[in-house]
Amino acid sequence: MLKRVKRRYLAVAIDSGEAIGSGEFMDAVWIAVSKLYGEYGASRAGLSLISYDEEKQFVVVRADHTSLETVRTALASITKIANKPAAVHVLRVSGTIRALHKKTKR
Amino acid sequence: MKRTFADLHLCVEIGDSRQVTRMINKASALGYGLVAVPFPPRATEEQSQHVKKVCKEARIDLVSRVDLRPRTPEDLLRDLRRLRRRFEIIAVLCESKSVARQAAKDRRVDLLSFPNFDFRRRFFDMAEAELASNCLAGFEIDVKPLLTLERVPRIKLLSSLRREAAIAMGFHVPIVVSSGISDELLMRKPMELAALASLFDLNSFSAVDAVSRNPAAVVKRNREKLDARFVAPGIRVVRRGRDC
Repeated sequence: MLKRVKRRYLAVAIDSGEAIGSGEFMDAVWIAVSKLYGEYGASRAGLSLISYDEEKQFVVVRADHTSLETVRTALASITKIANKPAAVHVLRVSGTIRALHKKTKR
Repeated sequence: MKRTFADLHLCVEIGDSRQVTRMINKASALGYGLVAVPFPPRATEEQSQHVKKVCKEARIDLVSRVDLRPRTPEDLLRDLRRLRRRFEIIAVLCESKSVARQAAKDRRVDLLSFPNFDFRRRFFDMAEAELASNCLAGFEIDVKPLLTLERVPRIKLLSSLRREAAIAMGFHVPIVVSSGISDELLMRKPMELAALASLFDLNSFSAVDAVSRNPAAVVKRNREKLDARFVAPGIRVVRRGRDC
């Protein structure tokens, strides 16, 4: 029988002086994961964008729970997004979107 | 007890007061409770007072650090005699094998670091680790090159770091993961530094210790030694006077 896929939701803040689009952000994340762990590792990460607030530079990203550390490391290694200097900081991690929003509001 | 996260290598330009303020405030916002700033050996009292003031306002514990880059073991001994009592942390960048060996066996050296871009001059092998473990010196790994290098140089660096970290763990040499960063946008949260440490196969507990417990232990030990009441490890003056 197939095992239920457990996911983790990451609240992420983008630190950059310039405006960054959601596509540019996800491109940077995919590039960082595949640079560090290769295409095989990236395929196992189960990454997807859940929400993106361009004004607040606040993003929610979903990842496979077994690849959480992989994604954290890849996010920490990002220094540029679309050739604009930037840093990405993980604020919170949670198992559900609702809990994540509760934690981030706090 | 809550962990105190430490970055023992925040490379701020002491003369640039704006940069000092910005970077210390950012370190505080990212969750660091202890920060070591490398001072030049001839830093003025005014400059160090300014950094202290900024750290006090940001509620961050400042540790004075000096980075030595001696060419010979004799230079290292001379620098240690001159500077040991003036700084809380002494880090030695070992660019030759003789300097690396001398630094590892000298109890006055706190942190050993090696050139990040020259892989032939990374002398942290088993002999070095054994000397360092006897003298309580820590092995410092800067995260900066992991962020700035790309492709083959980063692969080579990760390969060296993986081998050296395994040796350090085997000989119980404390690993200290620091940022080594002088650019605000390259600063990372302590848990992000720990996550980057997983790239050279540190497990999550050792990685978190490398940004909290290990650097804090080095600072605590040195502060005890620099205290006026310290006599020798385990011996300290409790009271002075005729009736003692």
